[in-house]
Amino acid sequence: MFLINCPYCGERDQQEFKAGGEAHIERPKQPTELSDDEWAEYLFMRKNIKGVQFERWNHTHGCRKWFNMVRDTSNDEIKAIYKMGEKPPAQ
Amino acid sequence: MTKNLRVKSSEYIDETNRISFKFNGKTYHGFKGDTLASALLANDVHLVGRSFKYHRPRGIMTSGSEEPNAIVQVNPGTNRTEPNVRATEVEIYEGLEASSQNCWPSVEFDIGGINNFLSPFFPAGFYYKTFMWPTSFWEKYEFFIRHSAGLGKSPTSNDPDIYDHRNIHCDVLVVGAGISGILAAKNAAKNNFKTLLVDEKNELGGSTIFENNEFNKIDNKAPSEWLKKEIEEIKNIKNLEIKTRTSVAAYHQYNYLLARENLTDHLEAKDKTNKIRQRLLKIRAKKVILATGALERPLIFNNNDRPGIMLSSAVKKYSEFYGVACGNKNVFFTNNDSAYESALSLYNKGINVEAIIDIREQSESKIVKKIKETGIKIYWSHSIVDTAGYKRLNSVSIMKLSNDGTSVTGSKISISCDCLGVAGGWTPAVHLYTQSGSKLKFDEEKKVFLPNQSTSEQISVGSCGGDFKIDEIIKNLNHKLKDNLNIKETDLDNIKVEIDQENSKRNIWLLPSDKPFGKTKPFVDYQNDATAKDIKLALREGFRSIEHVKRYTTTGMGTDQGKLGNMHALGIIADTAGVKMGELGTTTFRPPYTPLTFGTIVGRNVGKFFDIFRRTPMNDWHVENKAEFENVGQWKRAWYYPINGETMHQAVQRESKAARESAGILDASTLGKIDIQGSDASEFLNRVYTNAWSKLAIGKCRYGLMLNEDGMVYDDGVTTRLGENHYIMTTTTGGAANVLGKLEDYLQTEWPELDVYLTSVTDHYATASLCGPNSKKILKKIIPDLDLSDENFPHMSFKEANIGSIQCRIMRISFTGEHSYEINVQASYGKDLWKKCMEAGQEFNITTYGTETMHLLRAEKGFIIVGQDTDGTMTPIDLQMDWIVSKKKYDFIGKRSLYRSDTMREDRKQLVGLLTDDPNIVLEEGAQIVSELNQSPVEMLGHVTSSYFSPNLKKSIALAVVKGGKIMMGKKLFVPMENKNINVTVVNPVFYDEKNERLNA
Ligand SMILES: [Zn+2]
Repeated sequence: MFLINCPYCGERDQQEFKAGGEAHIERPKQPTELSDDEWAEYLFMRKNIKGVQFERWNHTHGCRKWFNMVRDTSNDEIKAIYKMGEKPPAQ
Repeated sequence: MTKNLRVKSSEYIDETNRISFKFNGKTYHGFKGDTLASALLANDVHLVGRSFKYHRPRGIMTSGSEEPNAIVQVNPGTNRTEPNVRATEVEIYEGLEASSQNCWPSVEFDIGGINNFLSPFFPAGFYYKTFMWPTSFWEKYEFFIRHSAGLGKSPTSNDPDIYDHRNIHCDVLVVGAGISGILAAKNAAKNNFKTLLVDEKNELGGSTIFENNEFNKIDNKAPSEWLKKEIEEIKNIKNLEIKTRTSVAAYHQYNYLLARENLTDHLEAKDKTNKIRQRLLKIRAKKVILATGALERPLIFNNNDRPGIMLSSAVKKYSEFYGVACGNKNVFFTNNDSAYESALSLYNKGINVEAIIDIREQSESKIVKKIKETGIKIYWSHSIVDTAGYKRLNSVSIMKLSNDGTSVTGSKISISCDCLGVAGGWTPAVHLYTQSGSKLKFDEEKKVFLPNQSTSEQISVGSCGGDFKIDEIIKNLNHKLKDNLNIKETDLDNIKVEIDQENSKRNIWLLPSDKPFGKTKPFVDYQNDATAKDIKLALREGFRSIEHVKRYTTTGMGTDQGKLGNMHALGIIADTAGVKMGELGTTTFRPPYTPLTFGTIVGRNVGKFFDIFRRTPMNDWHVENKAEFENVGQWKRAWYYPINGETMHQAVQRESKAARESAGILDASTLGKIDIQGSDASEFLNRVYTNAWSKLAIGKCRYGLMLNEDGMVYDDGVTTRLGENHYIMTTTTGGAANVLGKLEDYLQTEWPELDVYLTSVTDHYATASLCGPNSKKILKKIIPDLDLSDENFPHMSFKEANIGSIQCRIMRISFTGEHSYEINVQASYGKDLWKKCMEAGQEFNITTYGTETMHLLRAEKGFIIVGQDTDGTMTPIDLQMDWIVSKKKYDFIGKRSLYRSDTMREDRKQLVGLLTDDPNIVLEEGAQIVSELNQSPVEMLGHVTSSYFSPNLKKSIALAVVKGGKIMMGKKLFVPMENKNINVTVVNPVFYDEKNERLNA
């Protein structure tokens, strides 16, 4: 059970949060210009890394804000947390 | 005849407090302070159960939570009964009853014992291999297996006890109150760390308080005496909370631990009532100090499982702590010095020790010399090759061990005995450590797995960290505490420790016998009856991974998770396969460390607190008027309102007719409501709905369909424009929270530039939906000054009005196809609004209807219900709702996906109507649809999604999804059922009032 440092509320128990999948996958600005393959790449393809992964999380039972997390999926170490729109920390 | 083996009074046993209890129906006596195990042993009862597979008689092996054999059913036949309880952990109280498990008809005569004689036919994987074929026989096999090999019985009536949960935040959590745990907790608390010390036993002190090796001294005192003083001292330290009878079940990441605090299990029934039985502690600790100790290992030799064969340390504890002799003629079998301490303990109490069999060549430690002086016979370089005695050990046979330890030589000596203490060395209890995600490494010299890389703020101290001698323990504990707690001084700095020089042990994972290996039974996992033979068989059959061998042989898969024998299993695999143990790795120890009752896990969340449920403001009225309710998400919704003993069908038929013929009223308060404000609100709606929103005039309503990005229908509902920058969106009842979450996601992460604010107002409004040709007249009576003409208040529009002084929002929208109004008021006025409508509607015979009638009425109109007629694979095109998908809008959520080759396939499942050829047959929802009856296998074209008998059309109607259904109008299809095939015809899904004339009636 993680202890997650919400950038708006501070440290809270994991049960207040919901994971939202891989981060930094921007919705294409002009979807109609994309081929089926390009659209499928956006829609379905996720890396699912064993190791350092960039993820979206939402403080569902708190401030309801989305934020980003860098987590090592092999040992669940949370390496960094930063707000939406901010640049990911250098790895 | 039972004997009394109580040999000496013990300070932990209150001999003035005699307790009677029953075991397998027979009454015995023990004393306050006894466990069920110690009390049975005092009565010379060793046989307490049967093994799982071979039903071999089994006895008490240990004195703690690692017990594999003495697994009992406590208080059988009562509502407080509990299976799979370790007799070594049950504290006796007046009136306690317990019985053996896994034997029928009794532990003394067990029918399943025949399996023991058939055991050559029960090798590893037997169940997998045999009962797989033929498949149809599985049910019969299962019945047989469950009947003869059950692991206890679960209670059949409600649990009368109360369970609780508590959150604890502390600076330091110390797990285990042996010598290291006590000293760690004391120093942490004294340095102002808020400290919690927990131990699974009812007494503090671990094994050191019955430590009797007179050659070990702390500050010139016997370690047990020295520790007792420490225990007294820590009971009154500020910052330190101590919890006994508290077992840590799980150690999760980020130092989150779950512990079970046992509060009443040791009390008599009359003292249990109205008290919390167990409390689940949810502990978040800044630092964790694991002081979980070590478990003694058995030795693996032929027939090492008979009642009377125990761990040497357990024999010592029963003697020193409980004052009980485990036998009259005791023998020890060892590979290290610790058995000599046990032997000395018995000797000092006048209990007969026949011999010590040591697989080592010699040992020069003081305690061994002391034993030599007593005259107890020691057999060096000998091993036990066999044991005898069916229900109780009566002798062991020993032979000389070869130098390499792989064979035995010479003549066989038989030693008569009734108790054998086995000492195979110590295994650090690293279970919790590994649960936390931390990694172990194998110490080739000590033959143990030790903590290596920890992932969280934690240290392992004492024997669970690999320090087995008191001098090492104190020295390393001192370092670790200073380092981890960042403190300069501790009161360990000046402790003087003297210890007996112990000789190293000789480790042989599997001891040889004079019999061929195939004819021996060396048990590795006592509870699951896995022998060394099974493990070798698994390796011969090609299993290599330790995890596979474990599952194939079931080693370590019992309720004890193989705490005693896992190391031997690994050792035997390593030796057989010729690999190093370190390379083999270990199996995973999973929570809970010892089994937890469900009561503890759910705590207070039982009965009506099991789940949250939500009620509408009108709920009391529905209850008073005998509505039947259905659960929709967490909501309790009125389902139908039976009168005069109507069945559900009769009530729904009546309600449905009334709503179309005169007037009906529905409680629609549960619909999700999201208030949307901001200068970009219109643009936002354009992006989230499939249709266009920019041109919706203020005061108008529009139906919207929301897709997922994959093009599939996600939710629907009517949204009303209240002002220039203000909308109110309705969602489905079940989808409200998810829709809000999804909209927030897009706003925050994809379109942060939009000026839009979302607020859930579902609970703030109560909604009554008035429908039917007389709904207008009823509303007129309630709000006389509101102009209800079609010109002023047309279909799909909105008005604000007052009922008396109460403000309300009225939408003229319809989910039934009738002329209808949705009246929204502040939630607290909901019930008044409802009563007012009922009163005004009386002259029109206004009829309350529930969700079932609502579903029927909308099905007559072919309106979909998201989640019933759709299942996450339906696009709006599949639903024949092309009209709602804007061709002009450049983008909206899911738009691009509607042009993927897959979503454009003509043969996708599409929504159609179905009519049965016989209008009285109502199809079953979920029934499959086919076009051919004489084909095998037959192609499933789709299934029925909604089906009703329509009282207004006087026939059965259904909605269905059918492959390529759009171009099948008029086609005959079949719905094959178990006993008949139903002929159906594909039709337009709008069954009633296709031209929507009734909306303005
Ligand atoms: Zn937050």
